[in-house]
Amino acid sequence: MLVRSKYSGSSFSELLDVEFPHLRFENRLLQALPPVGLVAGPSQAAPIPHGTTVLALKYIDGVIVAGDRLATEGYRVASRDVQKVYTTDAHSLIAIAGAAGPCIEMAKLLRIELEHYEKIEGDPLELEGKANKLSQMIRANLPAAMQGLVVVPIFAGYDPRRRVGRLWKYDVTGGRYEEAEFEATGSGGLYARESLKKSWRQGASRDEALRMAVAALLDAADEDRGTGGIDLQRGIYPTLSVCSASGIEEVASTEIAQIHRALLDQRRGAA
Amino acid sequence: MSLPFYVSPEQLMQDKAEYARKGISRGKSIVTLEYGGGVLLLAENPSTSLSKIGEIYDRLAFAGVGKFSEFDQLRKIGVRYADVKGYSYSREDVRARALANAYSQAIGEVFTREMKPLEVEIVVAEVGDDRLAGHENNAIYRVSYDGSISDHQGYCVIGGTVESLQSYLQENYRSALPLGDALKLGIAALERATNGEPKVGAQNLEACVLERQRPGRKFRRLSADELRGILSP
Repeated sequence: MLVRSKYSGSSFSELLDVEFPHLRFENRLLQALPPVGLVAGPSQAAPIPHGTTVLALKYIDGVIVAGDRLATEGYRVASRDVQKVYTTDAHSLIAIAGAAGPCIEMAKLLRIELEHYEKIEGDPLELEGKANKLSQMIRANLPAAMQGLVVVPIFAGYDPRRRVGRLWKYDVTGGRYEEAEFEATGSGGLYARESLKKSWRQGASRDEALRMAVAALLDAADEDRGTGGIDLQRGIYPTLSVCSASGIEEVASTEIAQIHRALLDQRRGAA
Repeated sequence: MSLPFYVSPEQLMQDKAEYARKGISRGKSIVTLEYGGGVLLLAENPSTSLSKIGEIYDRLAFAGVGKFSEFDQLRKIGVRYADVKGYSYSREDVRARALANAYSQAIGEVFTREMKPLEVEIVVAEVGDDRLAGHENNAIYRVSYDGSISDHQGYCVIGGTVESLQSYLQENYRSALPLGDALKLGIAALERATNGEPKVGAQNLEACVLERQRPGRKFRRLSADELRGILSP
């Protein structure tokens, strides 16, 4: 046991670096990486492949984070019901886009990181501090990103000090940009963002914002082959999580189905 | 420098044990109780920021008496141990028995090798989970300054004046108590240590629970307001 630990700080990833470097996924990834191309993504030719579409948008009480469920391996389906939106603690979420393996690992690590800090220090990190920590984790992944294993998440949460929902987007170098309204990333991110640009408005209610999110995912799935739509046959719906002062609520698939149906009816009517 | 006088190992250990016991007896006791909804940990603690009870992992809690710097260090070591284990295996693999054993090894080693033993006594408590077959039972382990480890059912007391508290609990403890009754029982036991002076109430009580039904992290610290609510008739 670590009575004479070399590490005495409050960061879990630093603890791994110092005491258990063999458990760090970046270290292992770099040892045996083939050239670009192994990773998930709709197009082998794309220099930075993304397999997924995730988005986050603010609404009146906080922030909504959503993601489709498809993971692709080149042109093939790798998984139809992968999870891309992860709860990192009671008031924050990460939505991941990029190479599935490192992405999921990073989401898992961030959750442990935040929990570890809270337990060691006795107080949770501020929302900004959590966002910044994720920045450092993405930066640590940079060598792997250069070889194609890109991780570009969205981090969102409710800031109890300022009493607002906040969201951040990242680039491969760990660059962190706070967004005022909404953000979408991944292979269908562009289409989702275009969709949100038309529908988003300040002070939208929860239901209104959920409609925007589902519409944006639908638009992304329509244009991008790497984004999964709604699979009625298997009953697979996108993930939608609502984060506000009272915590995080995962929207039930029955409600998503309802929103989806209403949306289709509306579009049919408009046509 | 000349060689020190010969001291028999027996004498050496006795001296160390006495030194450690003296340090521990200066502190207040901590009571751990199994109740209907999980495990309750209670400490008399006038400070609201320096806690004696802490969260280790999803189902695990820690409590320590003695020298604050030493048991708080042990708590942090436990958090690191549990988080690394949960990260490399699964969250369900983090169990109290393994952690208590690791504590026992570490504290025992300090006791035999170092000049100064740790002046601490600790409890590792685990709440069962009905959804996991084979993990339904609670577990309470106590590790002493010399690394000796024991497991307890129902209740466990650590600290200076253990005997009177223990005999009180032995007479009055019943299994599956509701939280309010368990709290009152624990407070009555703590007041034994000081013959009721000063009174133990919401203002100087540190109370934490591991709640069986709670999803995920089962550890929760009861706020002073909540305690007042439960304790006022």
